[in-house]
Amino acid sequence: MSGEIKVDQILDCKGMSCPLPILKTKKAVEALSKDQVLKVETTDPGSKNDMASWAKRTGNEILKVDEGSGTFTFYIKKTA
Amino acid sequence: MAQKKMTIIASKGSLDMAYPPLILATTAAAMDMDVTIFFTFFGLDIIKKGNADNLKISPIGNPAMPMPVPIPTLVGSLPGMEAMATAMMKSMFKKHGVATIGQLLELAKESGVKLIACQMTMDVMGVKQEDVIDGVEFGGAAMWMDAAADAQINLFI
Repeated sequence: MSGEIKVDQILDCKGMSCPLPILKTKKAVEALSKDQVLKVETTDPGSKNDMASWAKRTGNEILKVDEGSGTFTFYIKKTA
Repeated sequence: MAQKKMTIIASKGSLDMAYPPLILATTAAAMDMDVTIFFTFFGLDIIKKGNADNLKISPIGNPAMPMPVPIPTLVGSLPGMEAMATAMMKSMFKKHGVATIGQLLELAKESGVKLIACQMTMDVMGVKQEDVIDGVEFGGAAMWMDAAADAQINLFI
């Protein structure tokens, strides 16, 4: 991938457990326009697979996932 | 992709058993599904006004209940033990960033989850329609069956 991903909105879900990161992500993505990108940060280890399932089911695209020390950063493009 | 549907029968009113219906319902709604929860028997307690965040958990008859020290069953039946178990469970949920039942119920309503209260159970238990939170519909088995017949997922909790 060439260069940084342009982020339109940031959502902090650190410290939250299932299902809150998914519920908040859904809300945040709904507020975006098509093709805009949401950056979501989580600490829930379950969120990695959950976010993938959510994106698949809602037809949105996860551009990239960064795993840091205990955190996950998702770049989600609103495609649905 | 045609919209998927899920129904859940929520039949239990303890703190621990109120979570699964609401977690699954809110998540399904966030995944673009059409969701109905039918509250019956003790599940009605979840949607009684002012009750969502006052549900309790009992240490009795639950060997998996985590307690600070192992509690013999007989001790678990003493006054105050239920309050203690409930307070402990709530603090564990809070520490791990889990939403409260009240919050999940609000999120469910916000995301369009349809809530139905079982009228028969209400009559038997003396619960009036005004005792139930706003935004709930009232009906019986046929109402749930109608929703369930078109759903891909139907759960009894």
